[in-house]
Amino acid sequence: MRRIPNRSVGLINNDMQKKNTTDLTVSLQDAAVQLDSRIIWDDANVNVEQGEFVAVVGPNGSGKSTLLRVLLGLQYLSKGHVKVLGETPHRGNKLIGYVPQRRTFEPDMPIRGRDLVMMGLEGLRWGFALPGPAQHRQQKLVDEILQSVEALKYADRPIGQLSGGEQQRFILAQALIGKPRLLLLDEPLANLDLRNQIAIPQLVAKLASADSTTVLLVTHDINPLLPVVDKVIYIAKGNMVIGKPEEVITTETLSRLYEAPVEVVRDSNGRLFVVGLEQEVAHPHEH
Amino acid sequence: MGVYHLMATINPLSSLKNLIPNLTIRGTGFSWNLVADVLAQFQYAFMQHAYMAGIIVAVVAGIVGYFVVLRSLSFAGHALSHIGFAGATGAVALGVNPIYGLLVFTVGAAMGMGFMGKRIYGRDVVIGIVLAWTLGLGVLFLSLYTGYATEAYALLFGEILGISQADVIVTLIAGVVTLIAMAIMFRPLLFASVDGDVAEARGVPVRLLSILFMVVLAISVSEAVQVVGVLLIFALLVTPPAIAERLTAHPIKAIGLSVLLAILFTCIGLFISFYLPYPVSFFITTLAFITYLVVRLWAYVRQRFTKLTSEAV
Repeated sequence: MRRIPNRSVGLINNDMQKKNTTDLTVSLQDAAVQLDSRIIWDDANVNVEQGEFVAVVGPNGSGKSTLLRVLLGLQYLSKGHVKVLGETPHRGNKLIGYVPQRRTFEPDMPIRGRDLVMMGLEGLRWGFALPGPAQHRQQKLVDEILQSVEALKYADRPIGQLSGGEQQRFILAQALIGKPRLLLLDEPLANLDLRNQIAIPQLVAKLASADSTTVLLVTHDINPLLPVVDKVIYIAKGNMVIGKPEEVITTETLSRLYEAPVEVVRDSNGRLFVVGLEQEVAHPHEH
Repeated sequence: MGVYHLMATINPLSSLKNLIPNLTIRGTGFSWNLVADVLAQFQYAFMQHAYMAGIIVAVVAGIVGYFVVLRSLSFAGHALSHIGFAGATGAVALGVNPIYGLLVFTVGAAMGMGFMGKRIYGRDVVIGIVLAWTLGLGVLFLSLYTGYATEAYALLFGEILGISQADVIVTLIAGVVTLIAMAIMFRPLLFASVDGDVAEARGVPVRLLSILFMVVLAISVSEAVQVVGVLLIFALLVTPPAIAERLTAHPIKAIGLSVLLAILFTCIGLFISFYLPYPVSFFITTLAFITYLVVRLWAYVRQRFTKLTSEAV
């Protein structure tokens, strides 16, 4: 298979270079990440604007979580530049809300959902909360956001006893209560039933658009997100591409990314499926 | 007085006669006027010291213990007390006050454990092996001291009735330091304990808090050893918060309840031991255990009852 140069640059957004990087929430230029001797991804050129809802998709191990870690300042680039909200990524950025990959809470975790959300607001501050008007105002903020994620009715129960979907609402509220400008979610739908896999992204989209929050959501299945997503970042075989779903998730684009013949089929409900990957896994192409 | 008490209680089963409680063993009888009883007990300096030290230790254990349970450090806390035993007996063998040996060893081990952070989970085999060895070390140091099994008894099982006024002051200072540290760490420590990954991403110094908390735990364990001894540390450090968190998920209420229970177990245990010739730590641990059983049983019964009524509908 002959090598195709510059797989990512200029593929979808030809006007990328004209954008002023300070207007962008996320900007990657010729970026690469190397762990030990393995290059995770290379030649990444990605721009995300404020208020966009972007899904990050790709096979396991392609480096989706690595992308989030770079944006959080937990992972350095081996090449290229990255800017988040106009600055170099650093830890403890209060403008970024983060929901890491996680299993559910232990069943006997003796904390209420309400406490988890409050931690998002003031878990960083030393000391302990003194009762008074300031505390009262914070409680009201917590109540408001619990109302918007529709979790107020079970906010006082031990969080370990709630279902995956219920817990996820509190986790989301915790990330959003600080009014972040960028929200990063790593596989938030992994342990959820189908109903919640559709409901949670819609909830996220509703809350994010209210404040023009930019969202990057890592997932392995694009389909529940198709109704709400603006752009898709697809990472495969070290290549990263960004564009609208109908431009990225096509037979053409994905075959180029995977450097192998894969096909994208659309069923009668409009859902997208990538076929041909099993062949690729069984008989990887040399190049 | 303390040593005599110890000698009398080391062999309570030596004859059947001793099983029958002699309610006037300490000269004053039990009456149903509890206030008068407490006042009578307070005539004795050793009882005053016992109550004071006991309450301070109970408050600290109730608060620190809540986080021990939350962070799944029960076994590490247990290991610290055993390591402390080796330190204390080593100090005695060197002719130094055992509390210093206790503190040095526990704080040192605590910093090591805190530094390991998350890697300490699932390492109970390693911890168990280390603490078994430190107990053996303790026995060695004891034999070097050519002495007193009573010293060992006090360290292993607590000797709250042998606490001097100086000991109370040391306990108070250590207690105040511990409480101030916990007050400062409270919010970030709770965040890091419940939601470590998110806390770290938000900039909470998770590793530093881990080390600081382990040091606070080491100091609390050293204090609590005076009351219940090395082997029974769980009674004050783990059982009260374990009971509290079954009853409420509100963090502040759970801590308050944990402190209250620890104080109750300690004080009631002390009160009873004035009249019955058995070790104080036995009463404290038994009260704690019974309360835990009752709470578990009640939760089980309630669960079955709601199942029955919902099935009936």
